Amino acid sequence: MSSELLKISGVSKSFPGVKALSDMQLELRGGEVLALVGENGAGKSTLMKLLSGIYVPDEGRFVVDGEPVVIGGTKHAQELGISIIHQEFNLMPDLTVAQNIYIGREPRIGGIFLSETAMNRKAQFLFDKININLNPKQRVGELTVAKQQMVEIAKALSYKSKILIMDEPTAALNDAEVATLHDLIRNFIKPTTGVIYISHRMDELKAISNRITVIRDGQYIDTVDTATTTMPEVITLMVGREISGEQRPVAAPSSSETVLKVSGLSTKELLKDVSFDLKRGEILGFAGLMGAGRTEVARAIVGADKMSAGTVELNGKAVAMSNPAVAADLGVGYLSEDRKHLGLMLERDVKDNIALSSLKRFSKLGFLNNPAMKAASEEYVATLRIKTPSIAQAAKNLSGGNQQKIVIAKWLVRDCDILIFDEPTRGIDVGAKEEIYALLNQLAATGKSIIMISSELPEVLRMSHRIAVMAEGRIAGFLASAEATQENIMELATRTAAGARTTETPAGVQG
Amino acid sequence: MTLLQDAAPAKAASDKKSENITRLKSSLQQLLAFASLLALVIFFSVASHSFYQPANLSNILLSTVVTGLLALGTTFVIITGGIDLSIGTGMTLCSVMTAVFMTNMGMPMFVGVLCGILFGAMIGAINGLLIALLKIPPFIATLAMMMVAAGLALVISGTKPVYTTDVEGFQKIFALGKSIPGLVIPNAVFILFAAAIIAGVVLSKTVLGRYTYSIGSNEEATALSGVNVTKWKIWIYTVAGCFTGLAGVIATARLNSAQPAGGMGLELQAIAAVIIGGTSLQGGKGTIIGTVIGALIMAVLTNGLSIMSIPQEWQNVAVGVVILLAVYLDILRRKESAK
Ligand SMILES: Nc1ncnc2c1ncn2[C@@H]1O[C@H](COP(=O)(O)OP(=O)(O)OP(=O)(O)O)[C@@H](O)[C@H]1O
Ligand SMILES: [Mg+2]
Repeated sequence: MSSELLKISGVSKSFPGVKALSDMQLELRGGEVLALVGENGAGKSTLMKLLSGIYVPDEGRFVVDGEPVVIGGTKHAQELGISIIHQEFNLMPDLTVAQNIYIGREPRIGGIFLSETAMNRKAQFLFDKININLNPKQRVGELTVAKQQMVEIAKALSYKSKILIMDEPTAALNDAEVATLHDLIRNFIKPTTGVIYISHRMDELKAISNRITVIRDGQYIDTVDTATTTMPEVITLMVGREISGEQRPVAAPSSSETVLKVSGLSTKELLKDVSFDLKRGEILGFAGLMGAGRTEVARAIVGADKMSAGTVELNGKAVAMSNPAVAADLGVGYLSEDRKHLGLMLERDVKDNIALSSLKRFSKLGFLNNPAMKAASEEYVATLRIKTPSIAQAAKNLSGGNQQKIVIAKWLVRDCDILIFDEPTRGIDVGAKEEIYALLNQLAATGKSIIMISSELPEVLRMSHRIAVMAEGRIAGFLASAEATQENIMELATRTAAGARTTETPAGVQG
Repeated sequence: MTLLQDAAPAKAASDKKSENITRLKSSLQQLLAFASLLALVIFFSVASHSFYQPANLSNILLSTVVTGLLALGTTFVIITGGIDLSIGTGMTLCSVMTAVFMTNMGMPMFVGVLCGILFGAMIGAINGLLIALLKIPPFIATLAMMMVAAGLALVISGTKPVYTTDVEGFQKIFALGKSIPGLVIPNAVFILFAAAIIAGVVLSKTVLGRYTYSIGSNEEATALSGVNVTKWKIWIYTVAGCFTGLAGVIATARLNSAQPAGGMGLELQAIAAVIIGGTSLQGGKGTIIGTVIGALIMAVLTNGLSIMSIPQEWQNVAVGVVILLAVYLDILRRKESAK
């Protein structure tokens, strides 16, 4: 089993002003899943980009299958049997699912003509084999985030590679989807193949990995056997300090005053008669399966989508939020789940990203108060531990997790009374998660109200005063913090309108 | 369990449905463009007797040819998310070169025509190199090329027209001759349609076409998928250049001479035709059939308005309004499909 698939040593990589990796090492054995963990900005993605030929290392040795290699580019990496699912989506929204998967190696007739039918058939065959439900002919731009992730996974598996790198593949998936992804991985693993698996979700490392390599600040720390190591030990290696553990929130928010009342909210596509209210100082969790309509509720409330029926009241007054800008002016902020596209200006620097949506706060008579903008940015960079050489760094140069933190900072600066967080800790490391939890609790304690949509049940359980569970566009039920468990949430989440549980389709991979 | 928990058969059916809807929507867009063209034709026919005379209709078609050919090439470029400002004066330079090849250099006609087209390909290839290899933004690279081509056309021709009247059959075969008995439609129009069919096939059925859309949709992702984006971009600009070259050839044949001073501004008309045809300047979307309809709309509009003796100034205003309308419709459609 312990044939060495990949061994790298002495690898360094610098960017202007940042030493992303120094003297890094890593060893992947045949037949194993090696988890790679580290804080946001530790250098995980950079290392994987070196392996997949996107960046060129400053120095270092790479040995694939016993042969020293110099990886010359993405195509070369594929030829060496290395394929990667990037942390950020790399899809062409205007092309179909099959066109995306086979881009660069589409079935051809006579070298230049495309065979669309052959390609769609191939794609369908692949989906059947790995048991995922995708339509080869659908345009990728029309898919949900989770389904786009499926396309990425199918694409990586289609290369028939020996080494599969997954950079946070489960960030956009819910627990059930994660379980099936793990089955996909187990099917993929043979004595001659290996997986490098990056994740910030500690619970899944136990489930999927054989060994865990920990890196911190661009440096190799240690590699441990998953079976003989506890997660707190891994976390301590990762952050170099202890993280305080789980706590449930106080039983009830301090006030019983209703700040937001949603009644009979419906949309043409999905939502049916969604009603709930949010109290001052309350954290209301939204749980449910992918596609249950949690994001849609948020989008309809802030006016990003049209509602077909229903009313929204703020502090007892009916309001019409026609778009998210109006909503923000009324004090309702929505942090979308698709941050890269909807939440960030990638070319602009950290300061602009944090301050620009609250320019009213930072300007007088149309002139910008630069020192104030700087101060506010610096403050949030510090509280959220955003890893950046300075607030003048362009957002696109930050690691994925640090980009997420910027979007959060942006909304905190905006100072809304009601904040809707859609998957707030997706892709954020354990240490920073704790800071964000603490921050949410603190916000709630000062009288802000929070809706937290999350696919991570432990997070929902831990943070929420109350939990709304959605299924198929309806609210299936509410659970108070004290009575909620993973089991009763899942029970509600899988309850269909008819009261029956979803009957499942093909046998095979078991979730 | 399937990987997507909620993915029951109902979902597959809704996938199918949304796929059909997408298809319907995109054909609707083309139908709409075609309907606008038809409406314009009907409107002008009612407004003026001379409009629907066969001679005038054939005139409209003939006047579409050069802009139409340029628009075909530039459709490729715009779908990649780029822009090509050099096609107008580039066409003029190709026209001069074609004439020079056939007269001063004494090449046989078909060789001269081929060289004219290849010269266009060369201009395109240089654009592609500047853009893909040296990473000069398309706007700047092709703006520079536009000036260079305009200058070279004047230098090479000595600022005087180059006549091809001595080249036997050139004008007849490549522009004004009517090959189909009983039809008043000149050859140049058939060349345009043949070129459009080739362009359509290349764009929708070949690897180059696929990468054209892919690069426009997400260049970085395309590169990360192992596609040599630099190489393909150069090819795409080269293919676009072939159409510029062909336009130059036809323009020469039509007047039986190369006019070295013109061409400036044609690129904007071609771009307008592409946009009216529903191709998005953001890249990733567009069709050849749309571009052909777009070019026809422009030609019908100008011809119709001048027949109604509307002054040139107002014709420009009308074209401007049509472009705005077309783009706004596209935005509305996009909003609709973003849901
Ligand atoms: N292109 C770049 N230019 C400048 N700095 C960069 C660039 N790419 C990465 N960095 C920096 O290198 C460091 C490591 O980033 P990397 O993306 O590898 O982190 P990561 O471990 O993947 O973090 P995360 O968990 O947030 O995804 C960060 O400080 C980041 O800001
Ligand atoms: Mg990363």
